[in-house]
Amino acid sequence: MDRRSFLSAGGFSLTAAFLAACSIDRSPRAQRLLDLAEKKNEGVERSLFHHSAMNSAKSGAKIAGAAFPSYFISKTVPVWDEKVHGPWALEVSGAVNNPVKLTLEDLRKLPFRSQRVDHFCVEGWNAVAVWQGVRLSDIARVVGVAPDAAYVDFQSFDDGYHESWDLDSAMHPQTLVVIAMDGNLLGMAHGAPARVHSPVKLGYKNTKYLTKIVFLPKRNGGYWSDQGYEWYGGT
Amino acid sequence: MTGRHHWVVRVTHWVNAIALTLLVGSGLRIFNAYPAFARRGEQFCCYPFEHKAIPDYLTFGGWLGGARHWHFALMWILVVNGLVYLTFIYLHGEWRDLVPRRGDARDAMAMIKFYLFVSKTHPHQGKHNAMQKATYSALPILSVAQVLTGLAIWKPVQLGWITAVFGGYVWARYWHFVAMVLLIVLSFAHIFMVFAVDPYSIQSMVTGGYREDLSPEARNARPFYHLLPRWAHRGTEEK
Repeated sequence: MDRRSFLSAGGFSLTAAFLAACSIDRSPRAQRLLDLAEKKNEGVERSLFHHSAMNSAKSGAKIAGAAFPSYFISKTVPVWDEKVHGPWALEVSGAVNNPVKLTLEDLRKLPFRSQRVDHFCVEGWNAVAVWQGVRLSDIARVVGVAPDAAYVDFQSFDDGYHESWDLDSAMHPQTLVVIAMDGNLLGMAHGAPARVHSPVKLGYKNTKYLTKIVFLPKRNGGYWSDQGYEWYGGT
Repeated sequence: MTGRHHWVVRVTHWVNAIALTLLVGSGLRIFNAYPAFARRGEQFCCYPFEHKAIPDYLTFGGWLGGARHWHFALMWILVVNGLVYLTFIYLHGEWRDLVPRRGDARDAMAMIKFYLFVSKTHPHQGKHNAMQKATYSALPILSVAQVLTGLAIWKPVQLGWITAVFGGYVWARYWHFVAMVLLIVLSFAHIFMVFAVDPYSIQSMVTGGYREDLSPEARNARPFYHLLPRWAHRGTEEK
């Protein structure tokens, strides 16, 4: 092969590689590799996970307040209608010894926590708020988690929105069932009357408009996870 | 024809080229989901294009979730490939041709003077000139910075101590972006110089073979000057 044909062959194969790169993002074989990578990454993330790793918002950081973004998937902001559904209560059930329904009063009787932490959105932004509520691990103690429970599904009255978590992340001391934000009861936009909030998971894992916490032996996907975002979504 | 690049160096070079290209593309797609650095409710001092998206044709992965999957898969290729390369050049001694040493600043000035037609003959050099050595050393250092800042924003809680080293989540994300820009600038400078000064080196990065009689020094080549072998520009030599 002389130099000229060598150079042109090299140029051709480089071009081909880049054209291939432009369409591989839609090939099924690439998708299988990405699924494998996601599974392996989840293994790495789970082995990195420690309950002692805690988040606290940077000392100089501003509370986002009104600039804290919010969204819901229903057509209009989801509101718990007592006339239709009766008084709101949080059902904690599934693989537990004593399933319960916790009213806001019941929740307030549990040890109350307050934490000024980051909220990490999958989009890349973060926002600081003070969240007040009850540790999920304290709720778990009340219901008694069965030994076969390995996952927790957080369900809502926002048009079926839910996200399931690994039990380990759910039991992190900073994973709260929150009823107040920045010192006020949760607003309608932020998931009133109660939501999950934890800095250990990306925002989309933190179900708002909470109705049910179900302990499960198997994972149960989630609203965004089922649409192709990572199921684990850990920080 | 002399052997210039070991096959390990050639393979890792091209794997790295493809992985970096796709990492930049998928990274920009991820960035476009929030093309700004400010924490919500704050302003960010040091990026003039806050909330301006990168053009879609420069991105890879199609959508945020897809780009994240690509980014988090390719990062392992970058890391493993980079470790293979660094281990190899350490064990094989090639690092000696790459690490800048005393006198390189002077040698770099001599190259610049030659390129600017201040001096007439190509400074004497070994495998690489001083500016190449600086570039080829900076690229791995920047890649290590990318891995560390990447970990800082991938796991800002579980690896929060790394995030703190870079000044918190917002700054770690910013340094991840800045280091990417530097990687792109140096990579394009590298590609430009390959085509403008030493296209014969492409062969050395593919088959490994290099003709010393076609080196920039042998051709007395500046960017776009004396690209052809010496015999072709005999008579056009500067006196």
